[in-house]
Amino acid sequence: MIAPDSTTTIDLVARFPSVVTPDTRPGYSGWIVDPAHLTEVATAIRNEFSYDLLSSVTGVDYYPDKMEVVYHAYRTTGGPALVFKVQIPRHNPVVPSVTPIWKGAELQEREAWDLLGIRFEGHPDLRRIFMWEGFAGHPLRKDWKEPFYEEDVKPFKSRWPEGKHLPAEMRTPLQDNLFFPPGFDPEAFSFQDPDQAAYEALRRQHRPTDEDGIQTDVIIINMGPQHPSTHGVFRAAVMLDGETIIGLKPIVGYLHRNHEKIGERNTFLQNMPYTDRLDYFNSMSNNFGYALAVEKLMGIPVAERAEYIRVIMAELSRIQNHLVWFGMMLNDLGAMYTPALYAFEERELILDIFEATAGSRMMCNYFRFGGVARDVSEDTLRKIHDLVHDRLPRKIDEMDRLLTENEVLVSRLKGIGYLSAEDAIRTSMTGPMLRASGVPYDIRRADPYSIYDRFEFDVACHPEGDMYARYQVRMDEVRESIKIIKQALKQIPQGPIMSVKPSYQIKVPPGEAYGRVEAPKGELGFYIVSNGQPNPWRYHVRAPSLINLTSLEMMCIGEKIADFVAILGAVDIVLGELDR
Amino acid sequence: MYGKGLLKGLSVTLSRFFYTYWDDLVWFWRRITKGKRRYYSPEGIAHRSSKEARGIFTVQYPEEKLPVPEEFRYLPFLVYDEGLDGTKEIRCTSCGICAKVCPPQCIWIVRSTDPATGRPRPQPAEFYIDADICMNCGLCAEFCPFDAIKMDHDYEMASYTRTLLNLDRLLKPASYYASIRPLNAAREEEARKAKLASKAAKAEAKAA
Ligand code: SF4
Ligand code: SF4
Repeated sequence: MIAPDSTTTIDLVARFPSVVTPDTRPGYSGWIVDPAHLTEVATAIRNEFSYDLLSSVTGVDYYPDKMEVVYHAYRTTGGPALVFKVQIPRHNPVVPSVTPIWKGAELQEREAWDLLGIRFEGHPDLRRIFMWEGFAGHPLRKDWKEPFYEEDVKPFKSRWPEGKHLPAEMRTPLQDNLFFPPGFDPEAFSFQDPDQAAYEALRRQHRPTDEDGIQTDVIIINMGPQHPSTHGVFRAAVMLDGETIIGLKPIVGYLHRNHEKIGERNTFLQNMPYTDRLDYFNSMSNNFGYALAVEKLMGIPVAERAEYIRVIMAELSRIQNHLVWFGMMLNDLGAMYTPALYAFEERELILDIFEATAGSRMMCNYFRFGGVARDVSEDTLRKIHDLVHDRLPRKIDEMDRLLTENEVLVSRLKGIGYLSAEDAIRTSMTGPMLRASGVPYDIRRADPYSIYDRFEFDVACHPEGDMYARYQVRMDEVRESIKIIKQALKQIPQGPIMSVKPSYQIKVPPGEAYGRVEAPKGELGFYIVSNGQPNPWRYHVRAPSLINLTSLEMMCIGEKIADFVAILGAVDIVLGELDR
Repeated sequence: MYGKGLLKGLSVTLSRFFYTYWDDLVWFWRRITKGKRRYYSPEGIAHRSSKEARGIFTVQYPEEKLPVPEEFRYLPFLVYDEGLDGTKEIRCTSCGICAKVCPPQCIWIVRSTDPATGRPRPQPAEFYIDADICMNCGLCAEFCPFDAIKMDHDYEMASYTRTLLNLDRLLKPASYYASIRPLNAAREEEARKAKLASKAAKAEAKAA
């Protein structure tokens, strides 16, 4: 692993005078780029300064003045982010798309268009992604109000001291919450059928011809949203030539609840339990990312003992996530339930630990700003000790014996769903997907957060880029996590678990922060803007499940339709996080 | 050799199959010698959820139930102390902190007023928790300054209608709280006593 080089300072202003200015707002960092020159600057950032991984693209509505698009780019060799922004007027926000430079921006730009109404010029397929075509407005804009709207921010005044209970359904959307765009006429209203739009996009991008150059006929079929192997309500429109996939569009949003809008209504603390509901397998990692971002904004340290507890919990979470992945992957390959149930046994033991410390098996709500909610008892620590020293290594070896050399598994996984390292970086893949393409990029090493720099562990990496490599990376990662927990258990000190006094009123100074963790599914990032109020002004989640789908089409093209299920399974998506 | 991996894998399933029945025999012996049973007994359940478990792992709910740890949280309830003459002394002062901190805003409190003076009294007149909306996060219990609201262990709440918990359903005695969360209750009791003692000491110092 190449050591993160954080010493080189980049001076974009010197390279692009009069186009780039430093962002000097208090609490902010990075560069502001003139939108007219964005493509030029972004190309230089990638090619000259070698920020090859575009992690996050999102917009912020600085109501009523302007819109801003924020980009976070990283080097796959490690080091901190390069943050650059473009500012545009609210009434006509148009920005050149960076998809030609980083393909990984594709789904994120669609998201920003859908939720904030920022148009990305040059985007190959700028359709709504979570909301349906014909939806009025862009929900993340500050002046957009949802049905059942009560107040801009919580806590709502109606709850106390005169809190006469009123069920949600009594506040019907047909009362004063119903809102029509000006000039709306239901008779004359029409919009493009979203299915047709997706199919058209497919047809536009793939024109299959036979060897004589004559256009051939293709069929488009839909996998999902109810197909049992799609891991939730995920749908893909697949274009087929016979049995071979020649094009694919993921269609998502069935579980969309606008987590980010809810997050902007919530206070900082209230968001913590909501993050549990993102990737509901790994609420500990979700808590971790969010806590990091807010702590960065607040500028507070984390209690020493809490740091260790955090790492132990996050790594336990990774182990159980990967275990379930083994089981579910095998389900997708047709090995119904035996591996899955074996995996669930170990997961159960880990969830028991979460339940004893955090109070809940899956919705942990365990991290607080500056520490964790409760201490871990000696009894639980001993249980963890027993697990990582005795049971888990034994059981991982058993899983290994059960699966790794199984000829059926090998023939289904080897050489299928290939993704080259270059493509993986270009499409902003992170986590095991990226490492299975031979890029040893693990945030715990590349840009260490918390106390990961104190542990000895290897970054799992396999160069083959196929599904078998993805399987092996996860197998190795489980073993590395066990290693980390063993060290953490040895080093964990006694002491307080909070660095500040626990409080429900949290003062967060104005500014922006991006906190990211190596979640089991990839890079989980939280971009938070505070304006000094008790509620975040902008709360954005960089969801690895969504962004890792950018390369799904690449991996599927040329494969058989029967392998689609496996290729999707190997990405490891969870819809709670994907749709948000 | 082609098929070696398959056989290796099958040996794992076979050994699992074997241990399920082997453990039945082991437990049969324990039952004869020590009277311990593998199923429908606390020691059997504890064994099946320990690191020693192999073979059968499942628990036959609802005949068998996993014991919940002390920190387990489900829905909140309100704690009252039993007065000497059997009155319920509600700890809640209707300060409203829980209603403010609740993420889905499912706590509704009506503060009571003294009918004589019209001034607010430190007691809730009505207290509702919309259990359908509650996300079981436990923040209300964490930040209540009077130890008045706590998280319950009772998770069997399925019903045919919506569940709105009012004061009647929410109030549970402090003894119940101490029975489900003994460690927490003891710690809080100690803290309260220490606080009272320091207050008394201060008052004395003032008087002297
Ligand atoms: S339960 Fe506690 S926090 Fe809630 S109103 Fe009563 S005293 Fe205040
Ligand atoms: S547990 Fe959480 S959601 Fe439920 S009432 Fe308490 S604060 Fe509200």
